[in-house]
Amino acid sequence: MTPTIVLPVVIGGLYAAGVYLLLDRSLTRVILGFVLLGNATNLLLLSASGPAALAPIFGYAEAEEMSDPLPQALVLTAIVITFGVTAFLLAMVHRSWRLVRQEVIEVDEEDRRVARREGMDADDIDPDDLPTEDRPAGKGNTLHSDVDVEERLAQRYEGIPSDDVTLPPTRGGRS
Amino acid sequence: MTGVLAPLPVLLPLLGAAAALLVGRHSRLQRAVSILVLSAVVAVSVALLFIADANGAAAVAVGDWPVPVAIVLVVDRLSALMLVVASTVGLGVLVFAVGQGTADGDEDTPLSIFHPTYLVLIGGVSYAFLAGDLFNLYVGFEVLLTSSYVLLTMGGSAPRIRAGITYVVVSLLSSLLFLASIALIYAATGTVNLAQLSLRIAELPDGTQLLLHGLLLIAFGIKAAVFPLSAWLPDSYPTAPAPVTAVFAGLLTKVGVYAIIRTQTLLFPDGALDDVLMWAALATMLIGILGAVAQSDIRRILSFTLVSHIGYMVFGIALASTAGLAGAIFYVVHHIAIQTTLFLVAGLVERRGGTMATGRLGGLATASPLLAVLFFVPAMNLAGIPPFSGFIGKVGLLGAGIADGGWAAYVLVGGAVVTSLLTLVAMSRVWTRAFWRPPAQAASADTAAAAARDAGPDDGPEDDPTGADGTDDDGLDLGPAGGATSTTEARQSGRRGGWARHVAVATAAPEGGEGRPSGGDDDRDPSLEPLPAVMTAATGVMVALTVGLTLIAGPLYGLTARAADDLRDRLPYIEAVYGEQVPR
Repeated sequence: MTPTIVLPVVIGGLYAAGVYLLLDRSLTRVILGFVLLGNATNLLLLSASGPAALAPIFGYAEAEEMSDPLPQALVLTAIVITFGVTAFLLAMVHRSWRLVRQEVIEVDEEDRRVARREGMDADDIDPDDLPTEDRPAGKGNTLHSDVDVEERLAQRYEGIPSDDVTLPPTRGGRS
Repeated sequence: MTGVLAPLPVLLPLLGAAAALLVGRHSRLQRAVSILVLSAVVAVSVALLFIADANGAAAVAVGDWPVPVAIVLVVDRLSALMLVVASTVGLGVLVFAVGQGTADGDEDTPLSIFHPTYLVLIGGVSYAFLAGDLFNLYVGFEVLLTSSYVLLTMGGSAPRIRAGITYVVVSLLSSLLFLASIALIYAATGTVNLAQLSLRIAELPDGTQLLLHGLLLIAFGIKAAVFPLSAWLPDSYPTAPAPVTAVFAGLLTKVGVYAIIRTQTLLFPDGALDDVLMWAALATMLIGILGAVAQSDIRRILSFTLVSHIGYMVFGIALASTAGLAGAIFYVVHHIAIQTTLFLVAGLVERRGGTMATGRLGGLATASPLLAVLFFVPAMNLAGIPPFSGFIGKVGLLGAGIADGGWAAYVLVGGAVVTSLLTLVAMSRVWTRAFWRPPAQAASADTAAAAARDAGPDDGPEDDPTGADGTDDDGLDLGPAGGATSTTEARQSGRRGGWARHVAVATAAPEGGEGRPSGGDDDRDPSLEPLPAVMTAATGVMVALTVGLTLIAGPLYGLTARAADDLRDRLPYIEAVYGEQVPR
C-alpha cells in the first residue's frame, strides 16, 4: 500500500508524447498521438483509485484491502470507447489516403478563398470562374466530383500502378 | 410515474435503432419504425415535462441500488424541457430526411445505415440530458459523438472525409479532456455523482476547485463551440448532407451548453470563472458573426451564426443570475428550433437553386414564393426582429445584463446588440441575393448550362420539356455565353446535378449511389425540379413551430424562469437524488 512514482511519470510521459504527436500534420501520427493520450487518460483514471491493493472481488479480499473498483469499471468503459473510435479513425484515414493519396490534414479551401479575397463583397468571385485547383472544396456546387479526383490522381501518379486510383470511391452496394 | 418514463427517451431510440437495423432491407418499414420511435420519444418527453413542472425534479436510481452507488437519471425542469425540444426537432429532421430519400427515389435501397445511426444519436442526446453523474454524461456524449462521426462522413466523399477528420480529432480531444477531468474530480472527491459532487466540491481548496472547473469548462467549451474553441465548427458542418447538418447545428452544440449550465449551477455555483465566460461570450458573438458576414456560402454563413449565437447563451449563463439563466435557457430552446429550421431551408434552397453560393443564386422569391417565406420567417427570427421568439429571448438576456449592472455586463449588452444587427446584415445579404434580386443579376451559369444542355449530345429527349420549363420559370434569355462555353458548362452542370444527387443519396443510403439506373435521370439539373412535398412540409412544420414559440413565449418563459430558479437553488436537484436525507 505504498504510493509509487512510476504511474505519474508514465502518465506524464504519455501525455507529453501524445500531445506532440497530435500536433503533427500527418494523420498516422495523429492517430498514434490519440492512442497515447487515451492510454494516459486511462492510467490517470486508474491512479485516481489510490495505491494498488488487492483485487476487488467479493470474498477474495476484505473491504479494507481492496482497491477501489469504480475507477476500474470506468477505465474498462473508456477503453472500449477509445478502441472503437480509434478503429473508426483508422478507417477514415485509410479512406482519405485512397481518395487523395495523402495522409495529412488538408486545408479548408473555401476558408482560404474567403481569406484571400480582396473585395469586401463576398460575391465578387464566382468559384466556378476559378481554375480547378483553386476551387473551394466542401461545397456541393463547385466540388470536384469523384471523377475529377480520379482523373487528377491518374495524372499525378501516372507511373504508379495501383488499383486504388481507378477504384470508384465508396460506391459499394449492388454492382 | 417518472420512474417508468425517465429511461424511455434513452431506451426507445436505442431499441428502435436495433429494430431499424434488423429491418434494414425494407426501407419503408425502417422509416415507419424510426418515425414511430421518435414520435413515442416526443410523447414521453412531453409527459415528463408536465410531470417535472408540476411535481418538481425527480430521480430514478437504475436497478434500485442505494443512491450514491446507483446510476441515477434525473429529470428536472431543465432536462425535461431540453428533451422535449431535442426530440421534437429530431422528429422534424427525420421526416425531412425521409422526404429527401423518397424524393430521390431510393425506395428499395439495400441496407440503410442512416436511420439506426440517427436514432442512436437521439438516444445519446437524451442520455446526456438525463445523466445524473459525470461519467454517464461522458458516455452520453460519446454515444452521440460516435454516431455523429458516422453521419458526418456518410458516403465517404473527399470533402466529407477532410471535414470529418477535423471534427473527429477535435471531438476526441475534448472527450479525453472531459475524461481526464472526471479522473481528477474522482481523485479529489471520491464520487462522480453530480448531486454528491455538488456537496463535496465545496469542501475542496480553492485552487483545486479552479483547476477542475477550468478543465470541465474547456472540455464542454469545445463541444459547445465557444470561442476560442470554436474554429472546428464552420470547418466541418457545411459538407454534411442537409438533414445531418441541421440536426448537428440544432442539438450537438446545445448539449455542450447544457453541460456548461450544469457545471456552472450545480457543481461550481460560486462563479469563480464567470468573468472568463463573460469575455468568451463576447468574443464568440462578435467573431462568429463577423465570420458569417464574410462568407458567401449559405451553409457556411449559417454555421458561423450558429457559433455566434452560442455566445448569447454563454452570456446568460455567465451573468449567474436567475434572470440571466432563464434567458439563456429560453434562448437555447429558441436557437435549437431556429437553427435546425434554417439548415433545413438551406437544404431546400440547394435543391431548388442547385447551389449554396449566394453569388450564383437569384430570383428564388419569384421562382418559389413558398421557399422564400420559409426562409424569411426563421431568418428574421434569428436576427431577433420583433415579434419573433428571437427578439423575446434577446430582450430577456439584455434585460438580465442591464439588471446585473456591472460594466462588463454593459459591454456584453452592447456586443449582443451589435451581433444582433450583424446577424440581420448576414441574413438580409442572403435574402437580397438568393431571393430578392432578379435572376438576371446572378451569375447565369446555371441557366446557360441548362440551355446549353438542351443542344448537348448527351441530353435525353425526355429532359427537354423540363429544361424548357425551368428556363421559362427563371424568366431568362439565353446568355451569349450559352453557345460559347456549352461543353464545359454542360459538364459542370451535369456534375453539379450528380453531386446534389450524391448528397441526397448519401443521406438515405450511402450504398445506393451506384445501384440506381443512371440514364437521363442523373443528368437532370436539380434547379429544375419542383420542391419535394414531404421535405417542404417538414420544413413548413418546423417554421410553424418556431413561430409557435412566439405564441407560447409567455408560458415558456415562465417555465424557463422556474427551471432557472431550481438551478440556482440547487436543492431541488440534490433532494430529488437523495430523497429526504441529504447528507450535510
